[in-house]
This record gives sequence, structure tokens and C-alpha cells, in this order.
Amino acid sequence: MQATSHAGYAGNHDHDSHGHPTGWKRWVTTTNHKDIGTMYLWFSFAMFLVGGAMSLILRAELFAPGLQYVSPEFYNQMLTLHALIMVFGAIMPAFVGFANWMIPMMIGASDMAFARMNNWSFWLLPPAAILLSASIFVPGGAPGTGWTLYPPLSIQMGMGMDMAIFAVHILGMSSIMGSINIVTTILNLRTPGMTLMKMPLFCWTWLVTAFLLIASMPILAGAVTMLLTDRHFGTSFFSAAGGGDPVLFQHIFWFFGHPEVYIIALPAFGVVSHVIPAFSRKPLFGYASMVYAIAAIGLISFFVWAHHMYVTGIPLTGQLYFMYATMLIAVPTGVKVFNWVTTMWRGSLSFETPMLFALGFLVLFTIGGLTGLVLAMTAVDIQLQDTYYVVAHFHYVMVAGALFSAYAGLYFWLPKWTGHMYNEGLGKLHFWLSMIFFNIAFFPQHFLGLAGMPRRIPDYAQQFADFNVISSIGAFGFGFSQLLVLVVVIQAVKGGAKAPSRPWDGAHGLEWTVPSPAPYHTFEDPPVFNQAEAHG
Amino acid sequence: MSHPASTSRYFVPEPSPWPLVGSIALLLLASGAVLMMNSIANGGFVLIGGFAVLAIMLFGWFGRVIGESEGQRYNLQVDRSFRLAMAWFIFSEVMFFVAFFGALFYIRVVAIPDLASPEQAALWEGFRNVWPSAGPAAKDPFTQMHAWGIPAINTLLLLSSGVTVTWAHWGLVANKRQQLIIGLMLTILLGALFLTLQVYEYREAYSHLNLKMTTGVYGSTFFMLTGFHGFHVTLGVTMLTVILVRAMKGHFTAERHFAFEGVAWYWHFVDVVWLGLFVVIYWL
Amino acid sequence: MAGCSYKNGYANRLRPGFTGLLTAGLLALLSGAANAAWELNLQEPVTAVARRVYHLHSLLLWVIVVIFIGVFAVVAYSIVVHRKSRGHRAASFHDNTTVELAWTIVPTLILIAIAFPATSALVDMRDTSRPDLTIKVTGYQWKWGYEYLTGDAAGVKYMSVLSTPREQIENKAPKGEHYLLEVDRPLVVPVGKKVRILTTANDVIHNWSVPAFAVKTDAVPGFLRDTWFRAEKEGTYRGQCSELCGKDHGFMPVVVEVVSEEKYAAWAAEQKQELAAAAEDPNKVWTLDELVARGEKVYTANCAACHQATGAGLPPVFPALDGSKIAKGPKQGHLGIVINGKTGTAMAAFGAQLSDTDIAAVVTYERNAWTNKLGDVIQPAEVKALRGK
Ligand code: HEA
Ligand code: HEA
Ligand code: HEC
Ligand code: CUA
Ligand SMILES: [Cu+2]
Repeated sequence: MQATSHAGYAGNHDHDSHGHPTGWKRWVTTTNHKDIGTMYLWFSFAMFLVGGAMSLILRAELFAPGLQYVSPEFYNQMLTLHALIMVFGAIMPAFVGFANWMIPMMIGASDMAFARMNNWSFWLLPPAAILLSASIFVPGGAPGTGWTLYPPLSIQMGMGMDMAIFAVHILGMSSIMGSINIVTTILNLRTPGMTLMKMPLFCWTWLVTAFLLIASMPILAGAVTMLLTDRHFGTSFFSAAGGGDPVLFQHIFWFFGHPEVYIIALPAFGVVSHVIPAFSRKPLFGYASMVYAIAAIGLISFFVWAHHMYVTGIPLTGQLYFMYATMLIAVPTGVKVFNWVTTMWRGSLSFETPMLFALGFLVLFTIGGLTGLVLAMTAVDIQLQDTYYVVAHFHYVMVAGALFSAYAGLYFWLPKWTGHMYNEGLGKLHFWLSMIFFNIAFFPQHFLGLAGMPRRIPDYAQQFADFNVISSIGAFGFGFSQLLVLVVVIQAVKGGAKAPSRPWDGAHGLEWTVPSPAPYHTFEDPPVFNQAEAHG
Repeated sequence: MSHPASTSRYFVPEPSPWPLVGSIALLLLASGAVLMMNSIANGGFVLIGGFAVLAIMLFGWFGRVIGESEGQRYNLQVDRSFRLAMAWFIFSEVMFFVAFFGALFYIRVVAIPDLASPEQAALWEGFRNVWPSAGPAAKDPFTQMHAWGIPAINTLLLLSSGVTVTWAHWGLVANKRQQLIIGLMLTILLGALFLTLQVYEYREAYSHLNLKMTTGVYGSTFFMLTGFHGFHVTLGVTMLTVILVRAMKGHFTAERHFAFEGVAWYWHFVDVVWLGLFVVIYWL
Repeated sequence: MAGCSYKNGYANRLRPGFTGLLTAGLLALLSGAANAAWELNLQEPVTAVARRVYHLHSLLLWVIVVIFIGVFAVVAYSIVVHRKSRGHRAASFHDNTTVELAWTIVPTLILIAIAFPATSALVDMRDTSRPDLTIKVTGYQWKWGYEYLTGDAAGVKYMSVLSTPREQIENKAPKGEHYLLEVDRPLVVPVGKKVRILTTANDVIHNWSVPAFAVKTDAVPGFLRDTWFRAEKEGTYRGQCSELCGKDHGFMPVVVEVVSEEKYAAWAAEQKQELAAAAEDPNKVWTLDELVARGEKVYTANCAACHQATGAGLPPVFPALDGSKIAKGPKQGHLGIVINGKTGTAMAAFGAQLSDTDIAAVVTYERNAWTNKLGDVIQPAEVKALRGK
């Protein structure tokens, strides 16, 4: 998304003593945070299409009862890869891409703290993606265990499972290095005068997210390592006969997995916290409480993991504790929702595409969060666990939450990245189609779940047929609407109305003080930071 | 050597091929390992190829970093970045160990007592809640690894290596290069001794104690935790060796020597983890 | 609606006009009404616990709907009134400790209020003490094994397998009313009695679930878990395995028949009689034809899911038995893999599931079916001799 700014910097910024490589070498060897951010974003979009195509295979199979197109084994493999690719390949890299592009610009740094390692964080993703997708073609196929990889089922899988395990290791390295880079950049490279409590909120969300990543990715790596030794070296961590316990894996997985969902959600909160004030033309309400809420969410997220395991037979006291702890998370999340709402209150609102997506996020994420609260009640969850109600819940928070927020950020910063305004008409069309089809696809899944339709099945009883038809139609509509964004982005990269340095009159922050497109090297010397651009 | 620290710009490295080389190395390593574990031909070669590329990458990349450091391109702010990063990296390593310690804890406090409880008696009759345990289906007996033999010696070795590395640091700060180099050598020696004893211990376990990776959860947790720790000691010794070579070449100043400190922190971390291991694996 | 070729009561439920449908759905959800024909809510409860869960869910639904409406009424007002296009000028406030405290404390109080009913419902659900009847449920890939431990039917033990014909699944025949939710032998329990279910599994984690009872418990290999229900109404209740357990996870339903006490007693007596009749003389010598006939049945019920009726398997994961080295090799090897299974693969140790006679029969069948015309006979006594080796 940066091809034109390439032209922009080439003339002006050749004062660097070393000549930059051009062509493919530029991208492969780059140490520039903007190049790397661009690569992250393109990679994540490509993965989104691949993971989305897989979800369309699922939805096609689920269009009607009976086995139509794929075998049950293949269905399970697509299910696993869909989730792994969407979570680790699409959503997380998208927000890392935003972090790369925006954090140095927001805090007035010349680049990321470790620009070379930054490049490695990105280039670790393709090997992981190769391992994951190649696993479809090896004997036995990709893992058909769901993204949760529960043993003993995962012990039964073929070599595709080993490829997934190593892919997870590599993704973990990438995330940890990326996070260390982000934490260091934020803590050490802020321009003078920008205290932590004056820092843009997106940086705050990433600071906490990076902490969650550094603390939880190694846990996942440990879990899959034990899986690997159970598979090939005869250990019995997860086998009762040897004194282990399959449920142990679930504890470790979710000790990672729950923070993981906030790893996805927090940067999304960050983006929205920039977009809503900008289009309300009013400062963000309750900056300090936002920061505390982010920190609280980050902290609590380590103590609620077993709400994914209510039916595994954990003791009653455990169920009660995890229920209360989970309910507690609604409080800081609620604080954020109320702050956004109050930011809009008595503002001067306008509804360009970024704002539309931010509002879509607000409505649909809240629905997803509220159904999460229903799931938190152990007694109710025992009815809903492993049904489509859960599928509906997490697509509301992850697709309509994280993905919509990513789109809000994309449209918000696209002028800064490309130097051109995007096509507002197409952007709005993209929003409305997404909003409508998303709900057609996923709202009926609540009913399916309540009526008892299990998830992870390729075929279902007839009473579930009607809502599944609707859901599949919605999914296809939603999927194809996403191709619009490709058109919008390519148009903006290629040309269009010239973007001013501050295309949104309500936007504040250092990133808006530099020209659009942002020069290849933004702040080689720390910029002056004053209250006008401050967030808090 | 003076550093124009606060005035110079933050160092941003020029484009570099090493990250990509590193990624290729990891892809090869992973593919090779997958092939080998599934007994498919040529996996070994792919794996070795991966190690070779990895080695090239490490030499190239670290060579570059050392060159930049010696070329005084890192100002104080960069130095602070390194410190922060190293601290967070060690934290991530701690969390990696937490996964394995957590597994051990869970198995001893939850899984084994549960399997031996009256509720499960219908499945595993006669299984008793004792540690060490190879699980209810264990057949042949094994002997546990006792704390007060090699493990105790190893504890002493590692603890003294923590002292020697600190002594080396004092040497560096006081500009006593001799003390720095001897301190480092002693540390490496102690580390290597530790590893040798651990290899001996493993051989003993396999050949005389019938204690193997496959010996139920006791074998699993024992070898996973000590093995993963041993791997970290190996890394630590390697890094210490690099630092020793650099020290002998006259790198580092009394004021600026992050590389030394980073490795020393890492070594202390490995040390502390060992104490944890000693207590929960061997002793309790 | 191309995909809806079935003919039953559900067919007429789908009407074009998705927006209308969605609005209707939303309205129904908002009003909390259980519109049975639309299946918008939890299934009708038939135990006291399920009813509590049902009401707890309704309560939560009201709470979240009210919160949602409250929050988005404010948003909607802002969107309409505080528009730039209407010339609204932005205020500049950005902090207010009082409201911020209020919206931290009020939600906390709401949550505390909800926690009370949620806690007591859960405590009830977990109280498995003093059952009238205990049944052990074992999950297999991909069927359920039931074993009555106490009560009239103590000792009765059988497998419960999906009975929907393959043709219906492959869309070659019209789908029946209970498509995918029907089994050959349901679990039979008396009405009004506290039934305690012990779950475990043989291979991977399964989950035994019956929504009408609000029962859902993992079946974890190597561990026993328990749950309970006391059904208040006679009838047939259906659920499904609710933990991904491999290829045929979608095809292992749970069916529970709740019958009157008299019927249950009669059923139990009948089962016990059959059990006695079926008790075989372990030293009986079988003929090849007898074994093959019996073996084919055992094979269809236990092995065909993976190795397929044709013996061709689903390579590379599920090997073909037709022409397989093991199935045509020495008897011991063949018996060995069937009795002991192969750890780390889906091939389970069938020694624990099948009697000596069944194993003898199925192995004889495999060695004589398809192209494996070896002509040899394996007697139950040989199986017995090999067990435990
Ligand atoms: C972005 C990702 C994301 C986010 C943010 C959340 C947020 C939450 N989730 Fe979700 N969840 C997932 C992703 C996410 N989840 C995924 C992927 C799974 C399934 C994994 C799998 O099995 O494959 C899952 C599953 C899952 C389960 C397990 C279900 C099951 O398998 O049986 C539970 C149970 O407690 C749960 C609860 C919650 C809660 C309480 C929140 C809370 O954080 C929500 C808080 C928000 C609000 C409550 C709304 C706003 C608040 C207000 C307006 C204030 C007023 C509110 C009150 C006073 C109530 N989630
Ligand atoms: C952030 C993560 C994320 C995202 C974005 C999505 C996006 C989508 N998901 Fe998924 N999903 C998960 C995370 C995510 N999902 C997880 C974690 C699971 C659980 C897995 C498990 O149980 O283990 C899951 C499971 C899951 C299921 C449950 C399956 C089952 O349990 O049996 C379903 C079914 O409807 C589904 C559907 C969809 C759909 C329709 C989308 C849509 O939003 C996708 C829209 C996008 C597209 C459709 C792409 C458009 C592209 C084209 C049309 C062109 C194609 C061209 C080329 C490739 C060149 N997902
Ligand atoms: C859940 C799936 C599943 C079921 C059910 C199953 N098997 Fe298997 N079977 C397997 C798998 C997987 C293997 C391959 C094991 C390996 O990798 O060696 C196998 C291997 C075998 C082999 C060895 C074949 C060869 O050439 O390697 C025989 C014989 C066999 N099974 C017999 C049976 C019999 C008899 C039954 C029923 C009583 C049965 N199987 C039921 C999955 C299954
Ligand atoms: Cu058994 Cu799913
Ligand atoms: Cu969670």
C-alpha cells in the first residue's frame, strides 16, 4: 500500500549515505518500518483471502444437510486451517502491520528500535504459512483437530500435525520478536515530552498486547512441544496410562488462548480509540480510565482461561472461580464502551468510512461481548459449549470486532500511507455490504446454538437446515464483499485525489503533522511534541 | 573512547539479507525435523542443511552487530533498547519454562492424585498416589534420580559459575582485562563441566536406572525440564564463548559493554531456573 | 432452495425474504418468546436443572438486551442529533470522575446480582450424590458404549451406533425425520429417577450431551467424570457428541429413551435374559461359515467406519485391509493389532470392546473377505490365548 510513496521518497530522501536496494531486494532486505508494515498488511490480506476461502468451503458444505462437497476428514482440516490462518495469519499480522506503520510515527521515533530484527519478524511468517498450507498435501493431510489441537486426537494425526506444530513455533518466535521490538520502541523511543500518559492510545493497547504476547506465546510453544514429544518420543504428558492427563493440554492451551483473544481485541480497541474521536471532533473521553481498563483487561485475561473448559469435569470450586473471574472482565470492557459512547456524545459527528466501520465495530463487538457474558455463566455454558452459539460469539468479537476495526484503521490511515484519498463511495458500499451480510451470516448461528447444533460438524440434523442456509448465503455475500476493499486500496495506491497532511479535520497526533504520503524516513530527529497533538 | 551519545541519531541499520536467510534456515530445520520424525528419506540432510544455513546467518548477523557496536554506531539510547529487549527476552524464556513447570505441578498436584482417587478406582485399580510415578499402566520398575549426587554437584557448579561471571564483570568495570578473561574462562569451564555431568547422568538413567523419556510422566517431566534447561546451558556457554573471544580481542569498555551484561543476565537466569529444577525435580 | 430436498415439517419454514426473517428473529429474541417452530431458544427442558438453566438464560438475555438498548439508545441519539451535517458544534469535555466511577460500579453490581442465580443453578447441576441408577458411558470413535452398573439392569452392556443409512447421508435417499439423531440401541432409563452418568472414553475425548436434560460432560480417556439427570417426562431425547473426536464426530448421536418404571423393569428383564442366552461357551468350535457370517456383522458395526465396507480403507490414514500385509500375514500379527490396537493412531485396542468370539469372527472374516481368500479359521480359544500378551 505504499508503492506511490516509493516515488515520493526516492527524490527527496536520497541524502542517506547508503543507497537503498530497489525492486524485490528492497522488500526482502528492508529495515524500514513502513516497508515492513506494508508487507505485513499485504500478507495478512492474502491470508485473509485464503482463510476466508476455506471458510467458504465450510459454509458450502453446511448449506444443506447431507454430505455435499467434501469428506468429513477434509472438513475438519479446513476448519483447523481456517482458524489458524485467520487468527495467526490474518488478524494478528494486520495489527502488527498497523503497529509498524503507525507507532514510530505516533511517538516521533525514526524507526522501530530494532529495525533489522523487525524484518525477521515479518519474514518468519511466510515459512510458517508454507508449513501450514503445505500440510494439506502431505500423507494424512492437515491436522483435523480444530485450532485447539486437543490431544489425544492430535496424537492420532499424521505428519501434517508436526508441520502445524513447527509452524506454531515459528509464529511464536515472530510474535515474540515483534513484541519485544514494540515494547522497546514504545518505552525507549518516544519523543521528549511525550510521557506515557500522553501517548496515543493505540500505543498503549500495543504495549499491553505485546506484554500479553511475550507472556503467552512461549506457553503455547511449550504446549505444542509436549505434544510433539508425546507424538514421537514416547512421553506421556497427555496420556492417563502414563500418569498424564489430556486435560492438562487444555489448561496450558487456554492459558495462552484466552490472552490470545485479547491480543486480537486490544489493538482493535486502540484503532477505534483514534477513529471515534477524530470523527466526533472531540477529544477521547476518559483517556486515563481507558489506559487503566486496558491494563486491567490484560491482567485479568491471565486468570480466566478455564471458562473454555467448563464441561471437562473441573471441580465445582474451579467452575465458580472461573465464572466470577470471567464476569469481571465485562467491567473494564464496559468502561471502554462507555468511554467511546461518551466521546461521541455532543460531538460534531460525520460518517466517513472509517467512522462507519468504527460504529459497526462498536455495535457488533458489544453484541459479541454480551453473548460472551452469557457464556461465562457456567450453567448456561454447559448448554451452549461446543455449539454454534460459541461460533456466533467469537465471530462477532473477532470478525465484526477485530476485522471491522482493522478496516476502520485502514481507511483512516490509507491517505497517510498512499498520499491519495480513497474512493469514499466504494468504501461506504464496502461497509454496508459487510455490515448486512455479516449479520445474515452470523446472527442466525445464535439460534442454531441455542437449539443445540454442535460446532465442528460437516453435516447436521434437519431442524437446523433453515438457519444454515441463511448463514451460508450471508457468508458468501460477506466474503465476496471483501474483494471491494482490494479495489479501493489498489485505486488509492495508483492515484486519486491528493491527500493533505491532515485529511481528517478532527484527527490529532504526530502522524498527521507529516506530509501524505509519509516520507520514507519520518522523524530522523525527534519532533517537538506539544499539547495540541496530545491524546490525553 | 568517547560516545557522542545524546547528540547522535538513533541507529537504524541498513538493509540486510540476514533475516531472510534466517527464515530459510528455520524452514529447512522444521521441514527436516518433520521428515525425520516421520521416517521419510533425506530428512536428515534437510535438517543438516538447515543448521548450516542457520550457522551462516548467525555468523553474518552477529558479525554485523559486533561491527556496528565496535564502530561506535550505537548511542546510549540504543544501549538502553538492548537492555530492555534482553530483559523482555529473558521474561519470555521464563514463561517458556513456566509451561513445563506448570505441567509438572499439575501432574503432581492434580493428575496423579486424581488418577489414584477412589472415583477413578474403577479404571485404575490399585494405583496409588506416590511420586515419582510412571502412571497407572506402568509395567517395569525404575529408580528415581536422587538429589544429593550429581544434581547437588551440578548445583554447586552453576552457583559458582554465577560468582565467576560476576567476578569477571568486576574485572571489566575496573579495567582489569586479565580478571575479565580468566573469569569468563572459569565460567565457561564450569558450564561445560555441568553439561558433561548431565550427559553422564542421562546415560546412568538410561542404562542403570531404567529411567527414560518413556517412563511415564516422571520420565517425561524429568527429561523435558532438565533437557530444556541443558539446552539453555549450551546456548549460554556458546554465548559466553563468543564474549570471551571478543574480550580477548579487546572489545568492550568499562562503561559500555552491553553484550557482556546481556550474556551475564542470561547466565544468571539459567542459574536461577536450575535452582527451581533442583528443588522441584530432584529434591521434593 | 436447492439444498432442501427433504420432505418433512421443516420444509415449509423457509420463506424468501431474509431481512424479514432477520427482523422476525430479532423481535422474537428480544421478546424472549420461545417460538418452537423457529427454534429460537434452548430446547424445551425436561429436568428441573434444565428448567433452571432455561430461566437463567432468559434472565441473562433480558439483562444484556436492556444493557444493549440502553447503550445504543445513547449512540443513536448522538448519531441523529450531534451530527456535523446538522451544524452541531462539538463540546470539548473529556473527563468526569463521577460518571466514570458510576459506570464502573453499576455494572459490577449488576454482575454480582446475576452471580447468585448462576451459582445456585451450577451447584445443583453438580450434585451427583444419591443416584437411583448409575450408568457408565464410554465414548469410542465413533459410537457410544453403555453399561448399567446398578439397578434392575445391572450388568447390561451394549453399543449404540448411528442408524441413519449411508444413502441418506450421501443424498441418495430422502432424509428421515430423525436424520443423524437416531441410533440402533438407545439408552433406556426410567422416568423420575435420578440417573447418574459416568463418562469415560476409549480413544480420544468425546462429550456426552443431551440438551433437554442440560447435560454435557466430556468423556476423557483414562478418567471418569460424572453428571446426572432426572427426566420428568417419558419420551425420546436426542443429543450429539459435543467434542471434536475425528472424522465421524458429526455422526455419533446420543439417544435416550425415558420410559415408565414398569416398562423399564420389563426392558431390563428382557435384556438380562438375552444376556444369559448370549453367554457363549468359550470352548465351542465354530465353522468357517458361522464365523464369517458373524464377523461381517462385527466388522460393519466396528471397523467399517475406518476400513470401509469394501476393505479398501481410506489411505493413507486408514489402511486397506483388502490385500493388507497384516491381514494376509500370520494370524498372530493380525490378532495382535486388533486386540491391542496401535498407540498413536486411530486403531483402538478392540480387545477391551469385543468378546473373544467377536474378535475371532471379525479376524476370520477379514482373512476371508474381499480378495483375502486365505481360508483359515480362528477359534475364540486362540484369541483367549493371545490376550494379555
Ligand atoms: C477478540 C476475541 C474475543 C473477545 C474480545 C472475547 C471476549 C469475551 N469472551 Fe470469548 N471467545 C473468543 C474470542 C473472544 N472473546 C473465542 C475465539 C472463543 C472460542 C474459542 C474456541 O473454542 O474455539 C471464545 C469463547 C468464549 C467462551 C467459551 C465458550 C465455550 O466454548 O463454551 C466464553 C465463556 O465464558 C467466553 C467469554 C467471553 C467474555 C466474558 C468476554 C468479555 O471480554 C466480553 C466483555 C464485553 C462486554 C460484556 C460488552 C461490553 C460491556 C458493556 C456494554 C458493559 C456493561 C455490561 C455488563 C454489566 C454485563 N468466550
Ligand atoms: C479472526 C479470526 C476469524 C475470521 C476473520 C473468521 C472469518 C469467518 N469464519 Fe471463522 N472461525 C475462526 C476464526 C475466524 N473466522 C475460529 C477461531 C474458528 C474455530 C475453529 C475451530 O473450531 O477449531 C472458526 C470457525 C468457523 C466456523 C465453524 C465451523 C464449524 O465449527 O464446523 C464457521 C462456519 O460458519 C466459520 C465461518 C467464517 C466465515 C464465513 C468467515 C468470514 O468472515 C470470512 C470472509 C472472508 C472471505 C470469504 C474471503 C473472501 C475471498 C474470496 C471470496 C475470494 C477467494 C479468492 C482467493 C483465495 C484468491 N468459521
Ligand atoms: C477409528 C478408526 C478405526 C477403526 C474403527 C478400526 N481401525 Fe483398524 N486401523 C486404523 C488405523 C488408523 C490403522 C493403521 C495403524 C498404523 O498406522 O499402523 C489400522 C490398522 C489396522 C490393521 C492393520 C492393517 C495394516 O495393513 O497395517 C488391521 C488388521 C485392522 N486395523 C483391523 C481392524 C479391525 C478388525 C477393526 C474393527 C474391529 C478395526 N481395524 C477398526 C483405524 C481403525
Ligand atoms: Cu465423539 Cu465427537
Ligand atoms: Cu476466553
